[in-house]
Amino acid sequence: MSPPGAEWLPAGIAGLVGLSLAVAVLATAWPRQAHRIGLLGALAVTAWVLVLSAVFLNAGPDPETAATRVALGGWEAPLGLMLHLDGLSVTLLVLTAVVGLATSLYSLGYVHDRIERRQFWPLWLWLWAGLNMLFLSGDAFNLYITLEVVSLSAVALVAFTGTAAAVSGAVRYLLVNILGSLSFLMGVVLLFGEHGVLDLVLLEARTEAGPTERMAAVLMTAGLMLKAALFPLHVWLAPAHGSAPAPVSAVLSGLVVTGSFYLILRLWLGVFAPLATPAFGILVGLLGVGALVWGSLQALRAGRLKSIVAYSTVAQFGYLLVAFPLMLVDPGTWRVVVFFTVVHALAKASVFLAAGTLQHAAGHDRLADLGDVLRARPRMVFALGLAGVSLMGLPFTGGFIAKYLLLEAGLGTVLAGSVIGVLWVLAIAGGGLLAAAYVLRMVAPSFQRGRADAGETVSLWMDWVPLGLATVAALAGLAGTLTLNTLALTPGAP
Amino acid sequence: MDGGWLLLAILFSSLGPGIAIFFLPEHRQGLRTALNLGGAGTKLALVGVLLAGVLRGDEYRFSLPLMPGIELVLAADALSLLFASLSAVLWFVTTVYAIGYLEGSPRRSRFFGFFSLCVSATVGIALSGNLITFLIFYEILTLATWPLVVHRGTPAALRAGRLYLAYTLTSGLVLFTAIVWLTLLAGAEGFTPGGYLDGLAETHATTLQVLFVLLMIGFGVKAALVPLHSWLPIAMVAPAPVSALLHAVAVVKAGAFGIIRVVNDVYGAELAIELGLTAGLLVVAAVTILYSSIQALRTDDLKQRLAFSTVSQVSYIILGVALAGPLGIIGGLVHLVHQGITKITLFFCAGNFAETLGIHRISELNGIGRRMPLTMLAFTLGALGMIGLPPLAGFVTKWHLGLGALESGMPWVLGVLVLSSLLNAAYFLPPVIRGWLGERREPWHEPLQAHAGPTRFETHWMLLFPVVFTAALGLLVGLFAGLGLSPLGWVSLIVQRDYSLPGFGL
Repeated sequence: MSPPGAEWLPAGIAGLVGLSLAVAVLATAWPRQAHRIGLLGALAVTAWVLVLSAVFLNAGPDPETAATRVALGGWEAPLGLMLHLDGLSVTLLVLTAVVGLATSLYSLGYVHDRIERRQFWPLWLWLWAGLNMLFLSGDAFNLYITLEVVSLSAVALVAFTGTAAAVSGAVRYLLVNILGSLSFLMGVVLLFGEHGVLDLVLLEARTEAGPTERMAAVLMTAGLMLKAALFPLHVWLAPAHGSAPAPVSAVLSGLVVTGSFYLILRLWLGVFAPLATPAFGILVGLLGVGALVWGSLQALRAGRLKSIVAYSTVAQFGYLLVAFPLMLVDPGTWRVVVFFTVVHALAKASVFLAAGTLQHAAGHDRLADLGDVLRARPRMVFALGLAGVSLMGLPFTGGFIAKYLLLEAGLGTVLAGSVIGVLWVLAIAGGGLLAAAYVLRMVAPSFQRGRADAGETVSLWMDWVPLGLATVAALAGLAGTLTLNTLALTPGAP
Repeated sequence: MDGGWLLLAILFSSLGPGIAIFFLPEHRQGLRTALNLGGAGTKLALVGVLLAGVLRGDEYRFSLPLMPGIELVLAADALSLLFASLSAVLWFVTTVYAIGYLEGSPRRSRFFGFFSLCVSATVGIALSGNLITFLIFYEILTLATWPLVVHRGTPAALRAGRLYLAYTLTSGLVLFTAIVWLTLLAGAEGFTPGGYLDGLAETHATTLQVLFVLLMIGFGVKAALVPLHSWLPIAMVAPAPVSALLHAVAVVKAGAFGIIRVVNDVYGAELAIELGLTAGLLVVAAVTILYSSIQALRTDDLKQRLAFSTVSQVSYIILGVALAGPLGIIGGLVHLVHQGITKITLFFCAGNFAETLGIHRISELNGIGRRMPLTMLAFTLGALGMIGLPPLAGFVTKWHLGLGALESGMPWVLGVLVLSSLLNAAYFLPPVIRGWLGERREPWHEPLQAHAGPTRFETHWMLLFPVVFTAALGLLVGLFAGLGLSPLGWVSLIVQRDYSLPGFGL
């Protein structure tokens, strides 16, 4: 007998896809009302996701069979398209909803020009719909399509203000995305040619560690690493994220990059799992250490507030790479990695939103001249500081719990006799100090003696949403157990 | 969760007002003062209720799952109450002092907000039931103190703040790593009198030794053990109430308290002796006591001299713990309270001199006893207490430390005590003698009267009352040390109740 609520899940999944698409289509068709449709849509989608996840958890599924799979149009795999919901997708859907809602509310204040509003909202809603579908997709081709929806709307969002910097940033971003997508697509084609299926579950059952799989793995992973700006393929990130409007930067750094990383994780947990070797793990881990050090140093040198934040993304994603060799020792660590991504997304989005408010108030974001505005806007400083504490991995925030679990995994490998594990432990612990140094650069000017000048007035949303989201990032520390337990409901993953 | 709500209420009695104060506009002075004093008063009352409960033998515990297998645990034992009541009493006094000290200065909402966060973190440390909870509040304390250290916003303040963070965050990471490691080995146990690592002593002796060193580095920065102490004398650029917070109420105390917890309730004195850990700690403490006393002699800045004196005095606590016998532990624990009361008096006095007359250096103190007799009297009591003159608080400490050294068979520690008392006298008597017997020819500058008008007493009453109160308290805890509810009585109760140590006899 299925527990109460479980029978509603398929309808709920299909409904979520339908709802997010409907909101996006409506806003595109009706650009004058796009911001109203957007706000209502954001509330509706968030509510839907929360109810869906509550139903999913309440159904108390068995970890082995926890995935709910929906065949669109009644065509089962390998012929039809499958939607797929499990603990991992639920977690990322909720993350997207929280960051998405905060960004939407913030944008009500940030995007006030009538023409910009008509361009921003439909693009943003397509991006959100794309992310929702990405997290619900169950086959390789569908993943490619949704990834393209996400990437193209992201590119357009970077460009939509039309300034020279924005357009050149967007063009670069577009090229990177096309390159990444092509590489990914080639991998998909290779897999399809070898096995004749695209569905991930079916693929997983058929793959072995052959040359085709290896080639596909390299192509797909490289493409996704480029999109996720994983070191050393990160060079495009800072200009693109730094020059985009604040809500777009928040979504790019918080969600879009996370989406690509989600795919890497999904593939390596399933289809490519047999290909991972310890030597490969160490290589990835070393790249992670490089990312941590290099990204942090750049963040310490950057002269603009948003560049600091963007480089911090490069650094923070280094932790994800460092965690890769840890996953080879204790496969269960992947849940910690996802929790870290969630916490990072929340904190990073709030830092970008706060930076946007400061930039709007000051008219620029050059750190050296930002002191006056920082001193006059303690609420923004507080948001930066609180989210910054989460990035440093200090209590009482989600970042601390994530850091604790990562450190535990790292020390676990050391105790299991791995010498290189010492390096991972040092990187995980030391990364927090580097983060503290660049967060301090953003916060310290407000404590310096000097003139206080609030600059341009900002709307109420822009004044409060960053602090609200930063508080959520801090309180995520209380959701550690819940998130890890939800993630455990992902069949197939260790 | 028996009585857990009381523990939460104690935590939130300062956290709630603190958060509210952040959102108060600068000019709402009355409401801010009400919130500050209301919070401090409520906390004091609640700690009193808890004290009575623990004395009756009631159990208090609150837990909240954080990660699979790891909980945030608040619990009240006699030791946590020692620290909690000390910080609750001293916080109340410091709040009054800070309101008077900062009257009319800018950014008070920010100041008092972080001030309350600091105290909440300190009480959290006191009530922590396991190492992970301890770490959480310990790091929050680090972060909440930084804005107070840099409060003045001068380049010197910001430099001190950077140094403070560099020291504390680095040591925090060492501590973090050590605690995760220990938890991997021994599980997320709660603090247990006598320790919980006995099972590992056979198999993991070396690991336990390494972990102990890491833990001591982690706590040693805040407890200002030489050579990890350099941040403390530099942080004296902070306003006087912050110095009180750093030196007496919260920060260095948190470090010392951490060392007490690790030696007594994680390793257990017996295991610590067996692994040779207390011997090393004893040497570090002795070196710290002597070295920083000599440093104190070399400076003319009053606050800096007091800061070096803190470095030295806090190590008495460590010394007592490292003696690892019942009398030594009594001496160490009781000094946690005595040093707090005495040092806060001295810092308040230094703040009064600076605020009222603009005096910062010892060489300028000549004749100040005639202008500010009550403050100077309090300073004298504090200084004599630090030197260890009977019947003041410091004497009670040194007496027990000395007995503890004999009991543990380490008479050389007596030599350290005598030498350090002589050094104490050498650096504390000059300001006292100058203050009472020195002559001042030129008239005093009166910066306080210049901007706030004439005062009824020798200085603003909110600056005077805390000084008189803590000085009297320092006298009373020494005079009535024999009573059951004195710090000494309470500490003896802790040692009797929790540590059935070998060779115990009072």
